[in-house]
Amino acid sequence: MIKIENISKTFIVGTHIVKAVDHCSHEVKQGEVVVVIGPSGSGKSTLLRCINQLETIDSGKIYIDDVDISSIKTNINKIRAEVGMVFQSFNLFPHKSVRDNINLAQQKVRKRSKVDANEKTDYLLKKVGIEQKAHVYPSQLSGGQQQRVAIARALAMDPKIMLFDEPTSALDPEMVGEVLDVMLTLAKEGMTMVVVSHEMGFAREVADTVIMMDEGKIIEVGNPEHFFTNPVEDRTKLFLSQIL
Amino acid sequence: MLREIFKKSFWYVSLVFVLVVLVWGLTVMTKRIDYIWYWNRIPQYFFFTDQIEKFASESGKISINGVEDDLTEVTLHYDDGTKETFEVETESLTFKEGDRFTDVDKIGELEVFSQGILIIGLITTLEISLYSSVLGLLIGLFAGLSRISKNPLIKGLSTIYVEIIRGTPLLVQLFIFYFFLGTVLGFGRFAAGTLALSFFAGAYVAEIIRAGIQSIHAGQMEAARSLGMNYLQTMTYIILPQAFKRTMPPLAGQFISLIKDSSLVSVIAITDLTKAAREISTSTFATFEVFFTISVMYLVLTFSLSMLVRYIERRFAVSD
Repeated sequence: MIKIENISKTFIVGTHIVKAVDHCSHEVKQGEVVVVIGPSGSGKSTLLRCINQLETIDSGKIYIDDVDISSIKTNINKIRAEVGMVFQSFNLFPHKSVRDNINLAQQKVRKRSKVDANEKTDYLLKKVGIEQKAHVYPSQLSGGQQQRVAIARALAMDPKIMLFDEPTSALDPEMVGEVLDVMLTLAKEGMTMVVVSHEMGFAREVADTVIMMDEGKIIEVGNPEHFFTNPVEDRTKLFLSQIL
Repeated sequence: MLREIFKKSFWYVSLVFVLVVLVWGLTVMTKRIDYIWYWNRIPQYFFFTDQIEKFASESGKISINGVEDDLTEVTLHYDDGTKETFEVETESLTFKEGDRFTDVDKIGELEVFSQGILIIGLITTLEISLYSSVLGLLIGLFAGLSRISKNPLIKGLSTIYVEIIRGTPLLVQLFIFYFFLGTVLGFGRFAAGTLALSFFAGAYVAEIIRAGIQSIHAGQMEAARSLGMNYLQTMTYIILPQAFKRTMPPLAGQFISLIKDSSLVSVIAITDLTKAAREISTSTFATFEVFFTISVMYLVLTFSLSMLVRYIERRFAVSD
């Protein structure tokens, strides 16, 4: 479903060059849930953002459903419509109501009628448990509710893949659960998901594969069982001992 | 509590006192120069009644169609077969039904109610301000978007435009638009004035809009793009509405400035409010009165605009 081949991404910060993603390769199968862990600055978010071209890669190839997305012939807007993304800071549109946040791209990108879009929006708001908040503006919602709207907004495009960039990191602790529950439901329904997260409980329960990144490199890949019982790399052991 | 009320009212009383002293000071100053105020000379420049004399343009025969109050409708049947119908005051009519007239005869008189030069000037000021606001906003939007473009050609051109306009006096720009561009491209003074003001406002609007767009969190662009919306859709539905809301106060300030700056077009002989005032002051010597009058008229315009903007801002604040 997603295949990344030897991708690299460097940033120039002031005078030095930072290798955010350094020759990474991996493959994600349909329906697989991948959790990416690693210390901050290890390149997890950059890797995720490369998958829908929010960052353009310097070298390597990324295929989604066998389409080379970094090729200039590819219509990236079409690819992005198939790949939902949820951000750490929610990024809801503050000038639009919850309903319009979810309706907008359905109408403008998927070209759905207003009636169809409304129907989909109602269904998704019910799914994420805030059907009574359709008419309010994002600023009137709690962080957890905002993130659930953001998930609904991404799901409204009927994506094949969902990317989550630290979806619970900006939330108050008591709101983490409600967002993780929605993600859990999605995973059980067979959605292909790539999640950058520090929620080890979630990783243990839901992930098919865990990827450990450090200094731009993928240093260890395995199932949750492997990570929580006998990780191989010293860096992984150290990292897990610090956060668990 | 009582103390608070007392304290507050003390300052209000002081405000009134200071204003009274200022007005008194102005009066004393004008007394010292023996200025005689002729406020009664001003109203005729808003509206006045004018006695128009109606003449025949050819020789012919007159017919009277009817009388209504003190006006009479007459038709002139010229010898060349053409006809002309108009009203004159019954008292002033010098012909009877069927009388012949020659091409120099006065048929009668009519009193007409006319706009004075202050109203004509006000309308011109409003027209110039309106046209150049709309045009300036469009130019500013375009230049502002170009300023954040990644293309060096577009970015360079818009930067040069903004720097040239902001670095030269508006008065000089007006002369260049009128004397140079007007002559070379062949447009009149009204177009020259409006265009100069539009390009002037456009440069400032561009900077306001650029700052407004850059103040919108990058996550907004990313969220919209990640949903598959293209750059134009994202700008139209997500970034610009938020940027406009945020730049409303500085944009309003710019357009209020534009109304005031429009007074400069009087130097290229456009009869705006300021030119009208100068004409009146040369013919009546009521210089003080007329400039105080147009100050109030400008204030009414600018204050109405800022009230309107405040209302719009309140409407936009729903989502905050």
